[in-house]
Amino acid sequence: MSTKHGYYGGFGGRFVPETLMAALYELDSEYLRLKDDANFKSELNSYLSEYAGRETPLTFCKNMSEYCGCKVYLKREDLVHGGAHKLNNTLGQAILARAMGKKRLIAETGAGQHGVATAIAGAVLGLPVEVFMGEEDCERQKLNVFRMELMGAKVHPVSSGTKTLKDATNEALREWSKTVDYTHYLIGSVVGPHPFPEIVRDFQCVIGTETKEQCIKKEGRLPSALVACVGGGSNAIGMFYPMLNDDVRMIGVEAGGKSLAPGENGATLNTGSPGVLHGALSYLIQNEDGQVKETHSVSAGLDYPGVGPEHSMLHDMKRVEYAYAMDDEVLDAFSFLSRTEGIIPALESSHAISYVLKNRDEFEKDDIVVICLSGRGDKDVAQVSKMYGRDF
Amino acid sequence: MAELSGKDRLSAAFKKPGFVAYTVAGDPSVSESVLISKALIDGGCDVLELGVPFSDPVADGSVIQAADKRALDAGITTDGVFGVVKEIRKYSGVPIVFLVYLNIVFRRGFDRFYDEAKEAGVDGILIVDMPPEEAETALLASERTGIAQIFLVTQTTSDERLDMIVKMASGFIYLVSSLGVTGKRDDVSKEAFSLLKCVKAKTKIPVAVGFGVSEKRHAEEIIKEGADGVIVGSAIVSVIEKNLGNCEKICSELKNYVKSMKDAIISKN
Ligand SMILES: Cc1ncc(COP(=O)(O)O)c(C=O)c1O
Repeated sequence: MSTKHGYYGGFGGRFVPETLMAALYELDSEYLRLKDDANFKSELNSYLSEYAGRETPLTFCKNMSEYCGCKVYLKREDLVHGGAHKLNNTLGQAILARAMGKKRLIAETGAGQHGVATAIAGAVLGLPVEVFMGEEDCERQKLNVFRMELMGAKVHPVSSGTKTLKDATNEALREWSKTVDYTHYLIGSVVGPHPFPEIVRDFQCVIGTETKEQCIKKEGRLPSALVACVGGGSNAIGMFYPMLNDDVRMIGVEAGGKSLAPGENGATLNTGSPGVLHGALSYLIQNEDGQVKETHSVSAGLDYPGVGPEHSMLHDMKRVEYAYAMDDEVLDAFSFLSRTEGIIPALESSHAISYVLKNRDEFEKDDIVVICLSGRGDKDVAQVSKMYGRDF
Repeated sequence: MAELSGKDRLSAAFKKPGFVAYTVAGDPSVSESVLISKALIDGGCDVLELGVPFSDPVADGSVIQAADKRALDAGITTDGVFGVVKEIRKYSGVPIVFLVYLNIVFRRGFDRFYDEAKEAGVDGILIVDMPPEEAETALLASERTGIAQIFLVTQTTSDERLDMIVKMASGFIYLVSSLGVTGKRDDVSKEAFSLLKCVKAKTKIPVAVGFGVSEKRHAEEIIKEGADGVIVGSAIVSVIEKNLGNCEKICSELKNYVKSMKDAIISKN
């Protein structure tokens, strides 16, 4: 359905200053050359299995299934080394960067999960890592800052603009344009200029490919519905893409935040309009002049005004439904899964859990509902305990 | 006589080597930015480049980022930016170009943005984050309105893409003197001058050099190496930043600064 090269329907493109264009061409051609290369694939696969801990289980949740009146499975990306799906992408891109002769990795991070995953990949593959992180996020996710530093990464707090993921991404782009000859910008979601959305999607597709096989093995059929949270949209597209041509319902869940009023959420596809940010044309939370607005979410990983261009296309085609979950519902889902299944989910992933809990009546008894548990909640425990009035 | 197009007026501005002065529209406020623009014109700039404030200026260093923020915090809107141009037009006919991020144009719609720009008196538009590969719609609007479409060329621009850019560009070509974002640098790089020779060999369109330029010796060197213009941004905006609240001082300092840069350029001509 893609039209022009680097586009998804009418979305995508390469909207960057001239300095970065050569690097995008280089990345495009090197990725095309390497992605089907046997050595590249076997190296990535061996890191994914020996190091990252793939494949991850597809866990049947007996208690949640009883509560919801359907068969609920969790795809356990929380069990990937580092605690989130992010490592699928960072290992892939770090191996790619090394093969391209790049000497250094830079990354943006919101919750810190992508920064941690980049630090991990850089450490194990021997590439120095520098991470840009909004000052506010550094404060919200102090432990992840320390984790990155432990693994040898340098963290640059970003004090411009909103002091969150959006401005961390701006700063990473600026740094890339200064050092583009020897630096790879390891972007953390299916956002940014072409070919990033495609590369990140391809590396995350392992989620959906495994899910499809595991579900057929366990249940003899495909899932009825897939549910995943959407920040930039990498765990969601990784889960959805391998089954896009199948008769499977798909639901992306955005951050409803405090309300759907401007500035109080991160629900880009629900409240935004098409615009250009960080190199791509996609839905965007902006004002009538095209200034990009502040966002809010209880989860730093979904606190972002943009979304991947392929999701914009899937939204307009109505192939994927994009719902949202509010902060308080998300906290309920966070506690629910912890209590009923003994699994503490990331606040990001709790958006997807919340959707299923809230809309359980939509599903029939025999329906197989697979939720992408994109990350574990350990990183969020300090923040949530504070909200419950217990500060450690 | 037919009205001159923006493209014609810009080409004429570079008949002799010229000085391009950049400031952010609406920084630190709408009325002060009009006064500052007039001071830059009084100092003798040949082209006035107005930055259109954006929430996410990824090609800009900290000085211009802060200026965008001051302007936005003071309430500048897209309509307000056109208003600044109209005010300047009452005072001077100096060619005016916009340096704008794509989303501002996209959001308004290319046709409407170019029409309103023309009506206000804009002669050229550089969309910082729109490479030639993505320029189709903008070029149609530029063609229709006669507003020049300005493009960046950089050290990383391949020969093949340089050919594409010189074919599309009008008014002048903006040669980026170094990798990275806007902001002062100590020296203009050697690579910038070899790129300059390369571009000059391919096209008759004027070439102006910017990013990091601040001193007279930079300007002299750039002109000596064959450029048609010198562009200064961050050094001008720094003067505003350092003297916030004292618009009179900003204006007199900038007027003198532009004069001295202009003298340096003329001396090397
Ligand atoms: C656990 C987890 N899930 C989801 C996300 C959102 O990213 P994406 O939408 O790209 O999967 C993040 C981002 O930090 C995350 O840490």
